[in-house]
Amino acid sequence: MSNPLALLGRVATYALLIIAAFVSVFPFLWMLIGATNYSADIIKGKVTPGTALLQNISVFFNSVDMPRILFNSFFIAGVGTALTLLISSLAGYGFEMFRSKFREKVFGGLLLMLSIPFAALMIPLFIMMANFKMINTYQAIILPTVASIFIIFYFRQATKAFPHELRDAARIDGLKEWQIFLYVYMPVMRSTYAAATIIVFMANWNNYLWPLIVLQTNEMKTLTLVVAGLTSAYTPDFGVVMVGAIFATLPTLVIFFLLQRRFVEGMLGAVK
Amino acid sequence: MAQSGLARNEHLSGWLFVMPALVLLGLFMIYPILWSLWMSFQVGRGMAFSFGGFTNIMRLTQDPVFLRALTNTLTFLAIQVPIMLVLALLFANALNDSKLWGRGLFRTAIFLPCVTSLVAYSVVFRSMFAQDGVINQFLMFAHIIASPIPWMADPFWSKVVIISAITWRWTGYNMIFYLAAMQNIDRSIYEAAKIDGVPAWARFWYITVPMLKPVILFTTVISTIGTLQLFDEPNLIPSTPGAPSDSTLTLSLYIYNLSFKFMPSFGYAATVSYVIVVMVGILTLIQFLAARERRT
Repeated sequence: MSNPLALLGRVATYALLIIAAFVSVFPFLWMLIGATNYSADIIKGKVTPGTALLQNISVFFNSVDMPRILFNSFFIAGVGTALTLLISSLAGYGFEMFRSKFREKVFGGLLLMLSIPFAALMIPLFIMMANFKMINTYQAIILPTVASIFIIFYFRQATKAFPHELRDAARIDGLKEWQIFLYVYMPVMRSTYAAATIIVFMANWNNYLWPLIVLQTNEMKTLTLVVAGLTSAYTPDFGVVMVGAIFATLPTLVIFFLLQRRFVEGMLGAVK
Repeated sequence: MAQSGLARNEHLSGWLFVMPALVLLGLFMIYPILWSLWMSFQVGRGMAFSFGGFTNIMRLTQDPVFLRALTNTLTFLAIQVPIMLVLALLFANALNDSKLWGRGLFRTAIFLPCVTSLVAYSVVFRSMFAQDGVINQFLMFAHIIASPIPWMADPFWSKVVIISAITWRWTGYNMIFYLAAMQNIDRSIYEAAKIDGVPAWARFWYITVPMLKPVILFTTVISTIGTLQLFDEPNLIPSTPGAPSDSTLTLSLYIYNLSFKFMPSFGYAATVSYVIVVMVGILTLIQFLAARERRT
């Protein structure tokens, strides 16, 4: 069976995959190695670990108020994620469990809105936030992201698998609709919530353009903004930049390795 | 009567569940998108607006910076999306083989880039593509090039860097969609084709690709919408945003510059943003029509 041509194909497949895997992983290694090198060595392409790690870390911590910045990032991403899950799962549940012709039309409208580009929203949103006196606040970052059409859609899809008998039983037991949602639906759907948590948290943590517009003082900035800011000099200190990039990547990387399957499920599910 | 009371209750509950989201979407999406439409017909700087009719649209056609941003964005789109999707399809096809050694490892590795933040990977790429940086060192070491490529100093190569960067970041993401869809294809079709002596490339081209058509269409549309809004990479990979000489300037970056860099001209920036809205709208419509055609 194994003719030379099939063997060649097999070799080519492995070669392709090994190159692809290497290219995919290399920037991560580069980031780790870079954190141990001096900036001058990094831009000269030095691929061996150096001795500048402690210096880079200390320069980073001296130029960045890390506790405050981490608090900003975790607060915005954490509160934003909790609110997004609550508001959007309520809507996803509502659209699926209480169907009406009119609501179906509204839902169709939401799907159309999915393609509204943020670039067309940012100027009015900025002026709105300025009018509300909310520039440079956490709420300005969090509020516009809380009703996520993607997540509403995701929860509606997932709710199709929610057993209706559970709801009927709960109704017979005299539970109110909000109690059914809180005490029956939410516990049953916890794996959906977990997957959604991962993607929403990651999107919030990594958000750049909107915080860049709204957060204007150093003590309000998120880690993502700080890392971007480190490169704004014409010749940035890349060793320090790498330390920042590692900190910015770490939370999502850890979540990915701990919950790999959920992670992928969330990604597929949110857009299915 | 009890029946109709229950129905009314049911109706009310339905609205109560969806209302918080609808109110927020109305406030932070519908209202702003209509406002920016209105704004796109306004002229003036800062917060002093006056109605300008089609002035802004006329200005678009004579604005060399806008035209460059538009050309750049469309160039990124036309080159990057096909390369990325073909690669994603090839990787997914290779990884769909259950007898493949190290399958999980390869899949994780190729997926890994989409765990990074756009900002973090952009700054890492900026250092890799320095004049004497690791990419040039490697290419020279492998005798692919004789002298260093001036990546971010050259209008052509800077685009190559941006395209490579986005491809690195998103290929694994698209691959996951293809892999998931491939797992749903009935294996017996392949077995039958194999017995009939259909070679591997033909099985890929005549079975896998047609079966994946909906997913391919879907990923094309989301990638296109994403690329039309490209901002983070051209803002962070060059030494100054959009450099050199606007050759990596995108529409989103231009809108940002018009609004938040200097004395803002919100009206004109809103007009430019509607160029993206219109392009995305057309693409969504094409997707919708294609999806409907598939159903009939």
